[in-house]
Amino acid sequence: MTATELLADLPLLAPELILSIGAMALLMVGAFVRGDQRAARLVTTLSIFVLLGAIGAALFLTGEGGLAFKSAFVMDDLALYAKAVIFAASIAALLLAAKYMETEKLSRFEYPVLMVLAATGMAIMVSANDLITLYLGLELQSLALYIMAAFNRDSLRASEAGLKYFVLGALSSGLLLYGASLVYGFSGSTEFGAIAAAAGAGGANVGLLFGLVFVVSGLAFKISAAPFHMWTPDVYEGAPTPVAAFFATAPKLAAMVLLARVLIEPFGPMVADWQQIIILLAILSMAIGSFGALVQTNIKRLMAYSSIGNMGYALVALAAGTQIGLWAVLLFMTLYVVGVLGAFGVIVSMRRSDGMVEQIEDLAGLAQTRPGMGWTMTAVLFSIGGIPFFVGFFGKLFVFYAALDGGLLWLAIVAALFSVISAAYYLKVVKVMWFDEPQATFEAAPAGVALVTRLAGLSTVVLLPFVALVIAQAVQAGGALSGG
Amino acid sequence: MLGQLPILSAITFLPAVGALAIILLRVLMRGEDTAALDRNARGVAMFTTLFVLALSVLLVIEFDPANPGFQFVETIPWLPELGISYKLGVDGLSVLFVLLTAFLMPICILASSSIKKRVSDYMVAFLLLETLIIGVFCALDLVLFYIFFEGSLIPMFLIIGVWGGANRIYAAFKFFLYTFLGSILMLVAMIYMYLAAGTTDITVLLTHDFAREVQTWLWLAFFASFAVKMPMWPVHTWLPDAHVEAPTAGSVILAGVLLKLGGYGFLRFSLPMFPDASAFFAPMVFVLSVIAIVYTSLVAFRQTDIKKLIAYSSVAHMGFVTMGLFAMNGLGVQGAIFQMLSHGVISGALFLCVGVIYDRFHTREIAFYGGLVHKMPVYAAFFALFTMANVGLPGTSGFVGEIMTMMGVFEVDPRVAFGAALGVIFSAVYMLTLYKKVVFGELTNPQLETATDINTREWINLGVLAFLAIYLGFFTTPITDVTQASVDALINHYQAAIAAPGA
Repeated sequence: MTATELLADLPLLAPELILSIGAMALLMVGAFVRGDQRAARLVTTLSIFVLLGAIGAALFLTGEGGLAFKSAFVMDDLALYAKAVIFAASIAALLLAAKYMETEKLSRFEYPVLMVLAATGMAIMVSANDLITLYLGLELQSLALYIMAAFNRDSLRASEAGLKYFVLGALSSGLLLYGASLVYGFSGSTEFGAIAAAAGAGGANVGLLFGLVFVVSGLAFKISAAPFHMWTPDVYEGAPTPVAAFFATAPKLAAMVLLARVLIEPFGPMVADWQQIIILLAILSMAIGSFGALVQTNIKRLMAYSSIGNMGYALVALAAGTQIGLWAVLLFMTLYVVGVLGAFGVIVSMRRSDGMVEQIEDLAGLAQTRPGMGWTMTAVLFSIGGIPFFVGFFGKLFVFYAALDGGLLWLAIVAALFSVISAAYYLKVVKVMWFDEPQATFEAAPAGVALVTRLAGLSTVVLLPFVALVIAQAVQAGGALSGG
Repeated sequence: MLGQLPILSAITFLPAVGALAIILLRVLMRGEDTAALDRNARGVAMFTTLFVLALSVLLVIEFDPANPGFQFVETIPWLPELGISYKLGVDGLSVLFVLLTAFLMPICILASSSIKKRVSDYMVAFLLLETLIIGVFCALDLVLFYIFFEGSLIPMFLIIGVWGGANRIYAAFKFFLYTFLGSILMLVAMIYMYLAAGTTDITVLLTHDFAREVQTWLWLAFFASFAVKMPMWPVHTWLPDAHVEAPTAGSVILAGVLLKLGGYGFLRFSLPMFPDASAFFAPMVFVLSVIAIVYTSLVAFRQTDIKKLIAYSSVAHMGFVTMGLFAMNGLGVQGAIFQMLSHGVISGALFLCVGVIYDRFHTREIAFYGGLVHKMPVYAAFFALFTMANVGLPGTSGFVGEIMTMMGVFEVDPRVAFGAALGVIFSAVYMLTLYKKVVFGELTNPQLETATDINTREWINLGVLAFLAIYLGFFTTPITDVTQASVDALINHYQAAIAAPGA
């Protein structure tokens, strides 16, 4: 590869370049500004601008898109869509974190820098067109997330969460690498197109199948699909709340997009083989997510189980293995991210004069003591649960639609039945907020948190008439993959 | 005159606008005393519901009864690439339900004067509920229908749970999860129909022929939803709980309108879209209806809680509706619609009657009462009237619905009509016993000594409903004229589909 070829490919990486150069520059800024808090504030603000710049770069600088670095990296509509959502969710997560970190005396400028690095990793993940790029992106993201999970290093719980996440994450990376090496061994290439050609030509080769199983297992860990979900509740509970908010949004979407791309592009010809795996993961996730959440008393653990269950619904659509399934996944994940940001916005605001609380009972009477927060939480929970009149309903509608369209009627019925069980635990939280007697009021939420929470809450209703706009974007993004 | 204006959208969404106004008021009046806010919230709710009622009356006046098709249709593309649109319209089957909802709402607001806590939330919940229920009756698109149908659970869940009685949380959860389970299967069936027919437009789906074996499954999925909503035996058990715990106005809306969503669903979807399956399953529906009528009447007789008794009586009366609907002849279907509207008036009035004494003595135990006639003569008269109407005494609207459905089903299967007739007798037994125990006899309970007769507000509510219960008992044409053309069209379509060979 000559230098000119390299330079010609660079515009396609504009968002990643901005993010990685930005992260390095911000590290320097942080190191030279005096005072932890001042540095953290300045770097947080600048990080938001860097992420905004990355969104702009993704939209305007990458041109028509295409392949870069000898097909190791791809910039298509799918990557563009995913990047826009990931960067936006990262900004929202930063806004949720800023004030929280100060009050909890965790204010360090490394936090926003780590988040920018994680965003870089995710951006590379969703653009991966080669097993090596895939692994690079995934590890860059994961390493940043491990540190973020343990960011409150003086807290036993947070350290435990970080360590647990790291050990299990390393295990899953090992699985993934082993699978990747098998795939490489049996197909002769790490590039997605070549793997697809080998998979298509050689039929369902056993070696390739083993590789596929390991790769999917590794990725299932990242989206916390059951039975690879064990880390999720503990990490959500132990990590600082805004970190959990981040974990539940952008990385989930990135890993889901990556999984979709891996299944549909390199392993597209083996759809009959991976469909069974995905169906199994979907059913297990929905079951564990909905039954597990029913007995939780901690709101963060509840959100963890909710995210396990919701990944199950996304996998239902993915299992269809069709174009419709793909955009249904994107739509579902996007609306899920909006809802989760709102829910975590409320959870971050659960602060009384004597500190943070995170039990579900602590929300008692929220609809009376803080009507704005109460209404928002109600709306976003119903939206995540896919109950109309909230926009999340469309996510679920098209998940079922994709399953039926893909000939998986029974799976759609199973998913529908699980959604009744999951409605029960969202109702449990709503019950606490509306029916129970109020407890001590929460302190007023900081401006950034209030902004994110209200925007998310409002959009669950206001977006309803305009949901066509979101769907159109998802359809266009889904069209980028040829499979199915 | 109204052809150009989006009157249905106006009727559907005005209550939501009223709810927004109350929320806005609350934000503006933050920090001031809540009494003023509560007063204003009541005022806004009353004004909005009356305005919606006026518009609905106008709608029915402008409605052309001779036209069996959909009128006042509004279509706005929503998800154009997917063929899903925002489409509203009413025909003879639905227009009177819009009116019924709009009519009962101001009564509910008026009957809520005993609500003292969180008044503005209460009014917002009721107004949103009105939007969602009217939306169900107007929706001409499957997705839109489902959104309204399912969405109506949320405000009702809050109404039961926040302002309900002692066991309200159990009742609210049971209400929500039961109905949600039923309707989620309908959602899957709807998506299946969408894939099969390529559209979610109800007007197109009405003419689409679904394959016979497919119809069976679709029918069952829809049945799961509507039978729970109706509710039919044996999936009725959520209703007594919900009724007992709901505040008075909540019970009125639940019995008056929400139950009718099930019957309306049968009329709009099951019968015209899956005629073969409907014919196939009709005997099963008859059996379930007769069981509902006889069994729940017997259960009602054993109740010690007034509201629970009336709730079971509602299940029995809905049995007449399902029976009439699946008789699939003019008399049966007309009678079923009539019965639904009449039951909306009568059961609403009965729950108001319970509310009157509950507000005074805070108990619904039948044993607590007795001899109320000595202290509350006017109340006793109203209660007597509605008791008779519920029994189906000739001259009240309850009679018309019951006799029409029974005559309709007699043509199809006399045994079913016989079973239903038994139910009529039983209903006289439990209603008259209830009335005797509560109103007649000596006034033995000293706590009742202080009883005061009904006040002006209660007078207005009960008076209006009493007028309707009697008026519709003598003059049935105001209802049957409106529904005639659409019912005839429905039956013709049904018969043609049944007769078609190998359809």
